[in-house]
Amino acid sequence: MEFIKVRDVRTVLGDKIVHDGLNLTINEGEIYGLLGPSGCGKTTLLREMVLLQEFTSGSIELLGKRLETISERDAQSLRHQWGVLFQFGALFSSLTLKENVALPLIEYTELSEKMIDEIVRFKINLVGLKTEDANLYPSEISGGMRKKAGLARALAMDPKLLFLDEPTSGLDPISAREFDSLILKLRDMLGLTIVMVSHDLQSIYDTLDKVAIIDNKKIIYEGTLQEVTNVKNDFIESFFGKMK
Amino acid sequence: MCKKPLIDLHDDKLFITFEGELTLYTIANIEKALAYVKTYSFNALQLDFQDVTFLDTAGALFIYNLEKYFTKKEIAVTLLLEDTTQKDTLNLIKENMKSSHKSVPRKQKSFLEQTGELFYNYYIGLLSFLHFFGKLFTTNLRYITSLKNIRFKEIAFEINESAIRALGIIALTSFLIGLVVAYQSAYQLKIYGANIFIVDMLGISIFRELAPLITAIVIAGRSGSAYAAQIGAMKITQELDAMKTMGFEPFAFLVLPRIIALVITMPILIFVADMMAMLGGLIVANIDLNITMELFMDRFSEVIAAKHFYVGIVKGPFFAFLIAAIGIYRGLKVKDDTQSIGFNTTKSVVESIFAVIVCDAVFSIAFTNLGI
Repeated sequence: MEFIKVRDVRTVLGDKIVHDGLNLTINEGEIYGLLGPSGCGKTTLLREMVLLQEFTSGSIELLGKRLETISERDAQSLRHQWGVLFQFGALFSSLTLKENVALPLIEYTELSEKMIDEIVRFKINLVGLKTEDANLYPSEISGGMRKKAGLARALAMDPKLLFLDEPTSGLDPISAREFDSLILKLRDMLGLTIVMVSHDLQSIYDTLDKVAIIDNKKIIYEGTLQEVTNVKNDFIESFFGKMK
Repeated sequence: MCKKPLIDLHDDKLFITFEGELTLYTIANIEKALAYVKTYSFNALQLDFQDVTFLDTAGALFIYNLEKYFTKKEIAVTLLLEDTTQKDTLNLIKENMKSSHKSVPRKQKSFLEQTGELFYNYYIGLLSFLHFFGKLFTTNLRYITSLKNIRFKEIAFEINESAIRALGIIALTSFLIGLVVAYQSAYQLKIYGANIFIVDMLGISIFRELAPLITAIVIAGRSGSAYAAQIGAMKITQELDAMKTMGFEPFAFLVLPRIIALVITMPILIFVADMMAMLGGLIVANIDLNITMELFMDRFSEVIAAKHFYVGIVKGPFFAFLIAAIGIYRGLKVKDDTQSIGFNTTKSVVESIFAVIVCDAVFSIAFTNLGI
């Protein structure tokens, strides 16, 4: 099933053209990577997919809803079906880790306090945080822990879709590899579809099923990693050349 | 160590020998020492760097420029450089200079262009403020239709944060203002023997104008700026984005509770300010003008109509709305850099105090014309 369809998306910010006709398709169960040189608009595209930013023309269809004409009610229901992990976690700094993860559950479900508590504990353990860390505030923990906590929060509502913005950037190599295996594990366990922006080659090779490479406002390649080196492009050559 | 280069002119050939370090710190002096060389006439040049102990990139750039300068004048330049690391540094500079173009300085704009841009930006700023207000009202409508949607917990939290904690400073400021106003007017009133009129004067000026304004200014400086800084910081840490992706509309979660909290509490704060300022006035009247408390109270209930009190209190919610809305608007305007938090926080205070004073002027005219 096609979860996300991007068709002819064009984005103009001020007088700068960021995207000029992007097309891509993300299927259910895929771990899909958006790659490209810095400043090519990967994160912008990700933000457009999660309704944080508007695109100028074209269409994005997400779980069967077209984002450019979506109603507030549909948008709200989409927001319950996805989780987003921001680059620096973006935890609510006035709440503890536990409260951060519990927030969507408290707001959107009728679950009992005890049940919510158990779900939160499970999600926190799932991402590899210790139960005793749950009562710390975001300012009291390291960047890597913040990312993990952000992931736990993104997973709180058991989403179908997970968006990750540079999930391994700023992590030490060991944590980064742990994060990769965590993502693979989550996909297999929960049947998630994952879209991520990444620069981390190791992570790209370990986790991604499919990639789209954005360069010079266009998608220059969409497909599996095995065939990517057949494409003639400066970015692809310098980025993937080393791995051959 | 920086040593002056040895300069030696033989027939038509100039020899320059450098010694010691050729670095960021020494080349300025060397450049000065070489300044007059450019006036000599010669057709061959030998630059000797064999005794140079250390060469950094600035030194290499200096050599590169020297060579380029003389080559352009069609003088044959020979470089004596033996150290391989120094050669590598020089080659690095040479390659880099060849491939990089001169950076183009930002285009200077003409006066007309600047003025136009300035006014256009003001126009855009106005539009975005109106957009904010429009959004505020539509969200208001959407959320206030059902009691379930109103976030009482957040409102209670904000009432505590931005009003109850401000009680002390508001009480103190207004007490002092009452004291000062009474003290200054007591001096004047004594001259005419019109001591008792201090009650009229204080009652009207404090209830109608001073207490609401002082409260608004303190709240703008204290709570309005806090709103701008808090929301601005949340924007930078992407907490606002995170809220949006989770379906928590920031207007409902952050904006409305703050506005409602301030609108509710402002009249109460003004009441406190009224009482404290009158207390200050009463003390001065007692000590300076020998007006007993009973006399003060008698006169007070005789001449100060309740309307003066209500006029001041009614302004409260309006001031509160302006302060909270401007503070939050400024917070939402913060861009992705830390400087912009400071800029917008300052702006929020300046703009909200200005807005409060304009609003107060409008009220003043309206009430006077209405005969209130």
